[in-house]
Amino acid sequence: MSPAYVGWRLLQVVPVVAGIVLVGFVLIHLAPGDPILALAGDAGDAEYYAAMHERFGLDQPLWRQVGTYFGNVARGDLGVSYTHGRPALDVILERVPATLLLAMVALLLSSTVGVAVGVVAAARAHRATDLAISGIALTFHAAPVFWIGQLALLAFALRLGWFPVQGMASAGSQLEGWARVADVARHLTLPALVLASQEIAATARLTRASMIEELRESYTESLRAKGVGPVRLLVRHTLRPALLPVVTLIGGRVGHLLSGAVVVEVVFGWPGLGRLLLTAMQTRNSPILLGIFLLVALCVVLANLLTDLAYRWLDPRITFTRA
Amino acid sequence: MLETPDLRRTAEPRRRSGLRRLTRSTSGVVGLGLTAVVVVVAVVAPWLSPHPPFSSVAPSLEPPSSAHLMGTDALGRDVLSGVLLGARTSLLVAVGVGLLAALIGISVGLLSGYTAGRIDDVMMRATEFVQVLPRFFLAVVVFALFGPGIDRLIVVLGLTSWAVLARVVRSETLSLRQRGFVLAARALGARWPRILLRELLPAVLPSTLTFVGLIMAQAILLEASLGFLGLGDPNAMTWGFLAGQAQRYLRVAWWLSVFPGVAIMIAVLGINQLGDGLTEALGRRSSSRPRA
Repeated sequence: MSPAYVGWRLLQVVPVVAGIVLVGFVLIHLAPGDPILALAGDAGDAEYYAAMHERFGLDQPLWRQVGTYFGNVARGDLGVSYTHGRPALDVILERVPATLLLAMVALLLSSTVGVAVGVVAAARAHRATDLAISGIALTFHAAPVFWIGQLALLAFALRLGWFPVQGMASAGSQLEGWARVADVARHLTLPALVLASQEIAATARLTRASMIEELRESYTESLRAKGVGPVRLLVRHTLRPALLPVVTLIGGRVGHLLSGAVVVEVVFGWPGLGRLLLTAMQTRNSPILLGIFLLVALCVVLANLLTDLAYRWLDPRITFTRA
Repeated sequence: MLETPDLRRTAEPRRRSGLRRLTRSTSGVVGLGLTAVVVVVAVVAPWLSPHPPFSSVAPSLEPPSSAHLMGTDALGRDVLSGVLLGARTSLLVAVGVGLLAALIGISVGLLSGYTAGRIDDVMMRATEFVQVLPRFFLAVVVFALFGPGIDRLIVVLGLTSWAVLARVVRSETLSLRQRGFVLAARALGARWPRILLRELLPAVLPSTLTFVGLIMAQAILLEASLGFLGLGDPNAMTWGFLAGQAQRYLRVAWWLSVFPGVAIMIAVLGINQLGDGLTEALGRRSSSRPRA
């Protein structure tokens, strides 16, 4: 992978990010209601309103307002959260680690388990194991993630008592070191599994289809004729090319993963962005909501970038011309 | 007098065989069956539901019984009535988003693939951009700024769901644009709107249906997730709203969560499978390898 390619690919990100920020600006601009009226009440006279408009730059031409907005976002100034009285970015960043932990563990689970399950299904294509796996995958694919969460909560936490019901750590515990890690892990297991379940289903379905396609290629035939065993054939020879579309899928589902994380957090009382989003929605706290939107969009863009680079690393034959 | 029956005879068997081909595949049968159930329920829900969904008719949190097949919620409302009427909202969102996304995606894909020049470049950039927009979070922002509502949900999801379709249609069009039937039309003096609409559109339509089904199913899931978070249309009964209510009473009332979830799954599975089945039945063109 040449540095020139990486640099060129990084450069491509700039207009996309600018577009996303512009979407944010357009939405704020089109939103009904005069922000000055909301801020200052309707008791003032015309002169006062004009002064307020001037103070907040609302009398400036539109392109200049866009410029100001871009400048603010670039400096990390997303406005002040209405309910916290603090910069929105600070409030959001406090919640990021918990969500990141949940999403990353789920992503790790789904990529490994999903690929493994897909390979098994492909090896047993159109037999009982495959049909069972495909059926389960299809069901999970169609079920809403909050519902899987509620059912898991009902069965494994409330009825069987295997897992804690809510939160990220035992209430009032002063655990230190490994005991604390173990406590968080116990709280994390069920939400991570629930969040991963849909990604596992999607990954397994595509891995299966891609593997079956690869097994039809003529080179696998030659390898079989040379006496390469079935397991070795699958793992050493067909897995790598078959994984190419899977990598794209995983990278392309980061937005889905994060929206799923937000919903799962609400089901399990996980103290991440989801709870913040929920309270921000109830109070129409738009700086927070816009901030989360921008942050998630940035994550998706970065994930796509990494996917592209991984794709090229997995298959050096691929040369990207202007797509 | 002789020609008319002849025409009818050639027209009728084709239509019938389409349905027969659909019911030959598993996905076609499952999809058609489940989707039919949801559509029928959505249409007749007001007559079918035993109680008004928003009014208290029984003691609160009654488990399922013969009087209330799916139990009652915390305010004594009949869950069955809510689930039946919820089908309307979900289907409305799915159809609205599906139509809007299909309109944009197919138009962009056809134009992009047929012109294959500067217009293609610009449109593919736009498609890539739309693909990275996180739909769920965008909908949340729009609801916060403009207030929640089904109309704006359809617009937001429709405007952001078409990228996959545009890519599929574009790659199909690219592989078809130099085929004989297109060249023949052009040689006969057909202009590009006619070639796109009369020649290329019917050829690419079958393979898009599976993706339209996917988009519609995702719209149902997204609407449900938003409803679950309390962001649904306050005037409409939705499955997500019902499941969201269930969250607080999970310890004591499992039925509040289970039945709306099953309904969502039936609808999503049905529309997904119907899309797959239709594409299969109408003959997907697999001769062309989609180009990235």
